[in-house]
Amino acid sequence: MPQEIGDLTELVAAARNGDPRAFEELVRVTYADTYTLAFRLTGDEEDARDVVQESYLRAFRGLKRFRGDAQFTTWLYRITANCASTHLGRRSRHRHDELVDDAPIQDLDLDHDPQARTETNATRDRLTVALRELPPRLRAVVVLRDVYDLPHEAIAAELGISESAAKVRLHRARKKLRESLFPMRGETAQEEQDEHAV
Amino acid sequence: MQCDDVVDLLSDAADGSVMLDRAARRHVERCLRCQAELVQYRKLLRALHNLRTEVLEPTPGLLADILAHIEEAGERRAVRSMLTGRRAAYVGGIAAATAAGAAGAILFASRARKSKVRLAG
Repeated sequence: MPQEIGDLTELVAAARNGDPRAFEELVRVTYADTYTLAFRLTGDEEDARDVVQESYLRAFRGLKRFRGDAQFTTWLYRITANCASTHLGRRSRHRHDELVDDAPIQDLDLDHDPQARTETNATRDRLTVALRELPPRLRAVVVLRDVYDLPHEAIAAELGISESAAKVRLHRARKKLRESLFPMRGETAQEEQDEHAV
Repeated sequence: MQCDDVVDLLSDAADGSVMLDRAARRHVERCLRCQAELVQYRKLLRALHNLRTEVLEPTPGLLADILAHIEEAGERRAVRSMLTGRRAAYVGGIAAATAAGAAGAILFASRARKSKVRLAG
């Protein structure tokens, strides 16, 4: 809900000056958005909760270092991406199950006409499923780049990969999503194993 | 030019990060398959971008958990700094006592030397 968040400059300044209520308010205003990103990256409610808690703790500890040259939310997304990457790396060493996306969705854009809204919802639902089926490392890149507009450089830095690897993953993720959403005749998931190469 | 020469550029062309050169554009203008892929990438990118306007409903109690987590960490940090402070005071006390002892010993030694000189005189 980026439109709902508004200008956080004053709250951030107060929180940086040590006002605990200001930081609490920052959490209150941004946590649903941060949870959404964490859930999109991890695909799991419980993992998303852990990632969000860890992200705010890191933000709290690092707030003095936040210089304000980026938006607070962008800074928070980077922290969340980094935490999710660490969390998924840890999880992949312990668990191998992919969990089901059953988080309820609040659609804040209520001004659509019913037909357009139905089509949009259908595409969104298919896209949500397709995203969930992507390997986590492809999913992370496409979510951060194409949903949250983070630059390649930031994505690479937070995921601990090179910029060129981030670009290759983005390309593969988009291709898989396109094939999943708009399957064409004769087009199979021929590069199913490709993600293992990057 | 063939589809294979163009196909890897289509998603970047759809988001505007790559401009197709004249030969590639000419191929896409004539190739229904590449046109279709380009349109599909555009739709995909629009749908991905639209996800940004949605927010998932966080699981109940998350806000309270985040704040409690931070508070707990803040308390741990406070306890740690208190312990560090105590340790510093303890070390400082030992250092002060050692310095005072050394000063006393020097004073005692210098007085003893003075009294020996007086006796000798």
